[in-house]
Amino acid sequence: MTGIDLTLRALHHGEQHLAEELTAVAERHRTEHEIHHIATDLARWSTEHAQRLADTLRDHDVDDPPQDSSSGLLSTLREKAAEALGRRPEPGLLLLRDLRGLHLDATRNSLHWEMLAQAAQATKDDELLALASACHPQTLRQMRWTNTMIKQLSPQILSSL
Amino acid sequence: MHASVDRIGQPWGGRTPYDRHEPWPVRVDSFLAEGVDPRTVQRWVQATSLLHSDGDAMDIAVVDGRMVGVRGRAQERVNHGRLGPKDLYGWQANASPDRLTSPLVRRNGRLVECDWATAMERIVSRSRGLLEERGPGSIGFYTTGQLFLEEYYTLAVLARAGIGTNHLDGNTRLCTSTAAEALKESFGCDGQPGSYDDIDHADVIALFGHNIAETQPVQWMRVLDRLDGGDPPRLVCVDPRLTQVARRSAVHLAPRGGTNVALLNALLHEIIRTERVDHDYIAAHTVGFEELASHVRHCTPRWAADICDVPAARIGEAAELLGTADRLLSTVLQGVYQSHQATAAAVQINNLHLIRGMLGRPGAGVLQMNGQPTAQNTRECGANGDLPGFRNWQNDSHVADLARVWNVEPKTIPHYAPPTHAMQMFRYAEQGSIRMLWISGTNPAVSLPELSRIRSVLSQERLFVVVQDLFLTETAQLADVVLPAATWGEKTGTCTNADRTVHLCNKAVDPPAGARPDLDIFLDYAARMDFRDKDGGPLITWHDPESAFEAWKRCSAGRPCDYTGLTYDKLRTNGGIQWPCHEQAPDGTERLYTDGIAWAHPDVCESYGKDLETGASNDVVEYRSLNPDGKGVIKAAAYLPPHEAPDDDHPFQLTTGRTLYHFHTRTKTARAPQLNAAAPDVWVEASVSDASALGLEEGDLVEVSTPRGAVQGRLRITGIRPGLLFVPFHYGYWDTKSGHAPDGDTPARAANETTVTDWDPASKQPLFKTAAAALRRVEHADGHTSPAPTTTASAPARTDAIPATTGGPPAHASERADASRDRDEQDIG
Repeated sequence: MTGIDLTLRALHHGEQHLAEELTAVAERHRTEHEIHHIATDLARWSTEHAQRLADTLRDHDVDDPPQDSSSGLLSTLREKAAEALGRRPEPGLLLLRDLRGLHLDATRNSLHWEMLAQAAQATKDDELLALASACHPQTLRQMRWTNTMIKQLSPQILSSL
Repeated sequence: MHASVDRIGQPWGGRTPYDRHEPWPVRVDSFLAEGVDPRTVQRWVQATSLLHSDGDAMDIAVVDGRMVGVRGRAQERVNHGRLGPKDLYGWQANASPDRLTSPLVRRNGRLVECDWATAMERIVSRSRGLLEERGPGSIGFYTTGQLFLEEYYTLAVLARAGIGTNHLDGNTRLCTSTAAEALKESFGCDGQPGSYDDIDHADVIALFGHNIAETQPVQWMRVLDRLDGGDPPRLVCVDPRLTQVARRSAVHLAPRGGTNVALLNALLHEIIRTERVDHDYIAAHTVGFEELASHVRHCTPRWAADICDVPAARIGEAAELLGTADRLLSTVLQGVYQSHQATAAAVQINNLHLIRGMLGRPGAGVLQMNGQPTAQNTRECGANGDLPGFRNWQNDSHVADLARVWNVEPKTIPHYAPPTHAMQMFRYAEQGSIRMLWISGTNPAVSLPELSRIRSVLSQERLFVVVQDLFLTETAQLADVVLPAATWGEKTGTCTNADRTVHLCNKAVDPPAGARPDLDIFLDYAARMDFRDKDGGPLITWHDPESAFEAWKRCSAGRPCDYTGLTYDKLRTNGGIQWPCHEQAPDGTERLYTDGIAWAHPDVCESYGKDLETGASNDVVEYRSLNPDGKGVIKAAAYLPPHEAPDDDHPFQLTTGRTLYHFHTRTKTARAPQLNAAAPDVWVEASVSDASALGLEEGDLVEVSTPRGAVQGRLRITGIRPGLLFVPFHYGYWDTKSGHAPDGDTPARAANETTVTDWDPASKQPLFKTAAAALRRVEHADGHTSPAPTTTASAPARTDAIPATTGGPPAHASERADASRDRDEQDIG
């Protein structure tokens, strides 16, 4: 397996993980309506990225062990928990922690996209470069979104507890 | 010509046709209370309309200290003498016997009367306590689009620099925040590019989700007069209902809810594909065209046809009209602003004008409209989640400049994050970090989405709610302190309409004993709180409307909304004047962007823009590299499917909206007998095919339900697009047995029982147009018909057997089409 393949695999896992985390955060913060809706929208980008990376890995004949995905029961539980806690301030801290986690996950993916784009140029792999050029901007937008939400929410959440 | 016209049955009155590029003829409309002879009117007091955003200039007739009627002002640029139905009849609500005349405070769970000092001290002591225990972030202000400029400005200073809270927003969040955001995205700064006079010159007028016939009926009269004159314009209408606008359009597109971006991208695709773009304009005045072109390359009419459920050929016809127009005027309202991907869609309409070079010339313009009369003032004064004077919260020099105007330290003014938007404020209140919410001139217990949630937020013991209003609204019934306010005609201030026209609206009569002007209430609070500037002087140095206006002028100086060339005297003499008005433009400014995009430079712009799909803020570095020279920004956006789609349990889409005869939550219009009778109760609209599939008939009592709640009303079968239901949002509970919410005796009638809590990520405007819903019959019509008006978009598909909406003799108003007036109607005061 080449270094590119290793990076593809790491990024594939990273995008799958981010899609799951975005979905989980959307469910956990059902009563934070903007978080809920936008995180759901952004999960779609990572799912698409993961799909395209899986296709590329297949083209490269690389095995990619499947990841566990979250169960329906767990997501219902998360939504119900969110509704039960909707009137309390403490979930605000949990929200900031979750947004920080999403931001770091997206940052890890972004760096992998950067590596792949660089390697694609070095190896003149136009397909890989096209993939990175199509997906990486959306990863950067995921990072900008988490950063914006943290910036907007932390003054109120941290000063009101 | 002098006619007496039932302006309920004929809302737009008689025609005065005129040719393209000619001035719109004058027609003076007036309505006096029954039995009042015009010759007995003692004073005509200069004012402007309050029940929509058009800014119709009018005079209030006064006899013995009472309002007895109104008359349009012939020489005013906005309305040329005309008035709409709400202007003609709405003033009667002022004299309603149930006006609030005493402050109320909650004691042992009940609201009881008290004096002003008691009520104000209760607010002050709670404010001080919260500031000490929890800090300024525990106090929020939720205002409106229906006060005056002087009041918003005072509120903005006391909230942002006095309390030092970031939580000040208006209900303008629900009506106009997407207009503001779209203008900021495309032009770097808020400010309406076009002018109503563009209607006189355009050869194509495109109305995007804008039922102008009902929301700005006077400008619809202007369009109708042009349609009947020489060289009439062709109309393009995007609206899922068969509105009066749709009936007069050359092309009517009725897309599936939530698909505006797909439709607009296809229109842009066609215009670019057919090379109907102005490359010189694009090169001189814009950035981002290449990205847009590549973005919409795959967005063919055929692609959009599936998403929008509109024939590809119709999209092609619309693109042909938009692409070949010689002077294109586009107008935009709630069908875009309150729908999915609101800002992204509104920005594509700006893009249409940027790539066609259709800006800054007579007839070539964009009107990103407002819903409320003074929404523009809420925006420019910084009471709508912006800093005053369209200053940029991310630009330290703008904040320093504002601090200089207010004589405070820059850090006094919260600017570490964008001012908090209304939906987030309610979330903070729900979560318990906001503990005091002061609501002025609006009724969130009817107007916000998902009402059961809003009622539960406002009813919390730990949240101290102050409501300042004319009546004991649904919201006031949940308050801890209620302050009785004066209103239009009882106080003086300025109003700026949707095309930047500033009018002075004078006091004509005294308010009811006990009620006070909103400005006086805010000034009283500021004095009791003893807010100070950095040198220990009073923070607020003004004491009446005119001195507040002078203070605002200093704050507006050098900004796009520059008022420095205006005075109360000048507005009295000249009538309405469009801002910016300053030394170089003493007569005001008809159109913005006549010579490029003036306010987009990184150093002056109000906003560095946002990601239209996520709402993430750009920073100055990104903006500077994208747009170093301050040009118009062409911003592409991808179509995303709506967050709530119909399914087996909820097979319909539900949209809420307005009717011509009512405003907001009917606090005034339901108290004007002619308006109330024209649309006395809530109704539900469904298409002919859906009604027939479900075996439903006109007048059946039906229930519309969504995962949030249900609402009942009588069915009107109309030309609305199949699959879509419509419910007007005006109706609440103050005139039902229960008072503020549905209960055993009062079925749910507020449309917002059903709406979803979701908002546009960029403008934070809540979405009211894309819920999934179920429809079922509760009982057969059994002789009842729907209370929906027949004159408007709710006109029945089958006209037989449904009585036409009329006002009869009580609604007869006068129309005088020549400019001359009877001597006995001359101005006296």
